[in-house]
Amino acid sequence: MSRLAQAVRGLFLTDFLGAFWLALKYYVRPKATLNYPFEKGPLSPRFRGEHALRRYPNGEERCIACKLCEAICPAQAITIEAEPRADGSRRTTRYDIDMVKCIYCGFCEEACPVDAIVEGPNFEFATETREELYYDKERLLANGDRWEREIARNLELDAPYR
Amino acid sequence: METVWNYLTSRPTDAGWANWLVPTALQTLALMVVLLVALAFILLFDRKVWAAVQMRKGPNVVGPFGLLQSFADFFKFVFKEIVIPAGADRTIFIVAPLITFVLAFAAWAVVPVGPGLVVADINVGILYLFAISSLGVYGIIMGGWASNSKYPFLGSLRSAAQMVSYEVSIGFVIITVLLLVGSLNLTDIVESQNRGMGFLNWHFIPLFPMFVVFFVSALAETNRPPFDLPEAESELVAGYQVEYSSTPYLLFMIGEYLNIVLMCAMLTILFFGGWHSPIPWAPLDSIPLFWFGAKVVFFFFLFAMAKAIVPRYRYDQLMRLGWKVFLPLSLFYVVALAGLMVMFPGLAEHFQSWRQ
Repeated sequence: MSRLAQAVRGLFLTDFLGAFWLALKYYVRPKATLNYPFEKGPLSPRFRGEHALRRYPNGEERCIACKLCEAICPAQAITIEAEPRADGSRRTTRYDIDMVKCIYCGFCEEACPVDAIVEGPNFEFATETREELYYDKERLLANGDRWEREIARNLELDAPYR
Repeated sequence: METVWNYLTSRPTDAGWANWLVPTALQTLALMVVLLVALAFILLFDRKVWAAVQMRKGPNVVGPFGLLQSFADFFKFVFKEIVIPAGADRTIFIVAPLITFVLAFAAWAVVPVGPGLVVADINVGILYLFAISSLGVYGIIMGGWASNSKYPFLGSLRSAAQMVSYEVSIGFVIITVLLLVGSLNLTDIVESQNRGMGFLNWHFIPLFPMFVVFFVSALAETNRPPFDLPEAESELVAGYQVEYSSTPYLLFMIGEYLNIVLMCAMLTILFFGGWHSPIPWAPLDSIPLFWFGAKVVFFFFLFAMAKAIVPRYRYDQLMRLGWKVFLPLSLFYVVALAGLMVMFPGLAEHFQSWRQ
């Protein structure tokens, strides 16, 4: 009997029609697609994107060349050279991040005692050549200037949990 | 103007080559252009349906609603490099997609898309279609063999076995239709379903199980999911197409989709009254091309939905379905129908009353 019922079900494609009905219901549901370049999803304040070197409000760069980030970096993507500036304060003369090596773990921003190096909310920095991904100090400071508002807001939002 | 039109749309005659070659060539060209343009949108439709069932939007960037996506893909394929593997048989490797492509177009020569709108109105149209679709397997086998690589070879072997298996039951299904119609001419098959009662006269009512068998066999015949074992991407990467790139791949794909649309057209012609309106009412019946197109698109929608909702068959299940379910069923139907028509001569008279 069960085989007969199965044969009848197969002959009249009842399983297929059931699936067809279900598929039609899904067909008219609102789409889950995010229309990406025009629409973007929400990002956490802790999102670790493109790096930036921040400045104090008076324009002085925050980095004091302690090299903690260079030391903690598991991918050894950071290279720092430093010497005293004319006014006697210790500053970097070179601050390079190899964005190809970087694994975006966020240890550099954790290690930084003055919140100088941070990972900002920007993740759309793909380039056409590898060379463009070797970031130097100038580029990182420019990033900091460009993204300061978002970075400061994210740090503030995340501060209670640190 | 009218004489030119009459000349261009005339049927082939014996009165000199100019009276048959030029009109036939132009009609063929018109059919090919229409088919290719329609195919571009059919491809997009396929992807859109698949996407919608998965709650995606599908291609929507090129042109309004992504309507020009297929044309963008076309240029992408054409401008890519043709890679021929070192161990491949170069000639056969290039010829194989051409065979698939040409045969897919050749089959359309006998398909009537409207009253009198057919390139070659031959008396054995359905036999011709059957022969051409059987030849289609050569393109796939040659492609798989000439690639000189494991996955394409396995894919093409599967494809050959699958197409041979399902062609048998498709043949019997066609015979049941022929028993009712009494003619092998596709135009006659369509006209026989126009006996004054609209869709109630269509063959899918007396032959419903055969319609189901034909639909499922058509899926298998065109290597569509759930029977896309020849190109099962989880096992064989892409089957016989693995080594193909650029234009040869494009030819394979166009041929494949043309075959799918051809199967939809055959479903329309054999079971759903071809270009006739479902309601025999003059204003509705005066747009044959619309009805033919609408029915073909409807069946293509079913094909696309089948791709979206049905998981792939295992190979033994595929063979079991072909040989142990469809073959006996269609054979039984042929014998039963033939017996009934011999027993009750009125039956044949009823179904063939269109001849008067």
